[in-house]
Amino acid sequence: MKVIPDFLKKITDNEIWKSVFRHGYTDTPRNRALQIISNVWLHLHPAKVREHGTKIRFTWCMGGITFFVFLFETITGILLMFYYVPDVNRAYADIVDLMYVVPFGRFLRNSHRWGAHAMVITVSIHMFRVFLTGSYKPPRQFNWVVGVILLVLTFLLSFTGYLLPWDQLGYWAITVGTNMARATPLLGHEGPFSYILGMRPDNDVRFALLGGTTIEAPALLRAYVWHCIAIPLIASALMMVHFWRVRKDGGISGPL
Amino acid sequence: MEVRQEKRGLVEFKDDKVFTWPTLVAKEFLAAIFVTVGLLFYSYFVDAPLRELSNPGQAENPAKAPWYFLGLQEALVYFDPWYAGVVLPGIIVLGLILIPYLDNNPKGNGYYTFKERKFAVTTFVFGYIFWYVLIYIGTALRGPFWAFFWPWEKWTHDFPTPPPMHDLPLPLGIILMGGFYFAGLTLPALVKRDFFMKLGVIRYSLTMGLLLTMIGTVIKMVFRLAFNVKYIIATPWINI
Ligand code: HEM
Repeated sequence: MKVIPDFLKKITDNEIWKSVFRHGYTDTPRNRALQIISNVWLHLHPAKVREHGTKIRFTWCMGGITFFVFLFETITGILLMFYYVPDVNRAYADIVDLMYVVPFGRFLRNSHRWGAHAMVITVSIHMFRVFLTGSYKPPRQFNWVVGVILLVLTFLLSFTGYLLPWDQLGYWAITVGTNMARATPLLGHEGPFSYILGMRPDNDVRFALLGGTTIEAPALLRAYVWHCIAIPLIASALMMVHFWRVRKDGGISGPL
Repeated sequence: MEVRQEKRGLVEFKDDKVFTWPTLVAKEFLAAIFVTVGLLFYSYFVDAPLRELSNPGQAENPAKAPWYFLGLQEALVYFDPWYAGVVLPGIIVLGLILIPYLDNNPKGNGYYTFKERKFAVTTFVFGYIFWYVLIYIGTALRGPFWAFFWPWEKWTHDFPTPPPMHDLPLPLGIILMGGFYFAGLTLPALVKRDFFMKLGVIRYSLTMGLLLTMIGTVIKMVFRLAFNVKYIIATPWINI
């Protein structure tokens, strides 16, 4: 009786299956390598890596987890966009609906919120690890720079999302945050030496951020567009560069 | 199983490389699962905050930025907004970007070591901890009107009026600050000649400039707390 093996062979030994899966799954070195290099997602990795680089005690897995949380946020964020409209007259109501009406809406919003906090934490731990292993040293200097920009973008992603519920918490947090821009030297109307450029409340850098002199509809729309489109795109592009450079700089750093 | 053992012997290179599949990928998938389960678990039990509808006419008290910026907001107690909110974060980001180009110590590349890079690790860890200490104070210990409360104290609106503050006389301020940077830049170069020689003038000045600014930021806070000094340098155009 070999019904099952026969059956499996029927399923796998035909043109359709083979057009999808290019190699078998028998545990051979060849298949282990193919598993990585014939898969568009996994071939971000080389087929083989230095052993210490796979140790959790070396990388703390924090870069990878940061990336994963970013994906998690992308998915939960897209789902939230189905329910949320960045209009001052309904933004808050949409969030209240998510919390009380939409099936699993509360769960969805919670995951997106806590995921955002998690990402800020993991990215800063990742930076700490990279520093402690001296992994910014040649030839990886530039990848550290890309990393620092990603760090700032992570903060900005989280910050722009904070305003969207349009509640007192977000509104006043963004007020405090953007009021700082008023004080920018030269470019903010209350900043030192800003009279040189003739800065006023309605033409300074804070005005450019908010699209107005106070936080109103244009500010909400700007926060929304930065949060959902512009920053994620820029961050994704830089992550591609970041991962590409990890490989081009000789893979994960390690003792020579 | 045995088949694998045999074939492996044939293809293994003489180095410490292992197959990404499954050694690394398995760990990544596990990490992804743990993170997902952790986040979902937390989200099931803890609700994201949501206050009343925003009202421009009624300020929150205290009004706090998101927690990761509260270190900067805490710095507002000690500095004018142009420094705490703009220049200080700017210097931090610039300093981080410069790290790989300033630290030319070839040792400690790709492994954990404190012994071989004491200065770099100490400086970075100090700054990192300082950032989070400020965040902790701003998050947990600041109540209405940004007044200070210990964790065991209740947030109230009647706290003692803070003592009056005063500025240092301008000449004294300039001497103090100029002297601080001057001494900070010259003394280490004289005392630790090899440190200076290894870095070269440009790297040395940038490194020490950044380090002194970090230490100076702490010192200004101490001046405020211990001597009620509002500004070290007070002019009509700019205050530090
Ligand atoms: C969105 C943010 C970021 C993501 C998704 C990310 C992701 C990653 C990943 C997956 C790796 C592979 C090794 C590992 O997991 O540790 C890595 C390596 C690296 N990251 Fe990041 N990173 C981010 C931010 C940063 C930041 C803030 C820095 C530094 C300031 C940085 C600097 C580096 C460097 C230098 C490496 C090479 C490390 C080595 O070869 O040992 N990254 N990053």
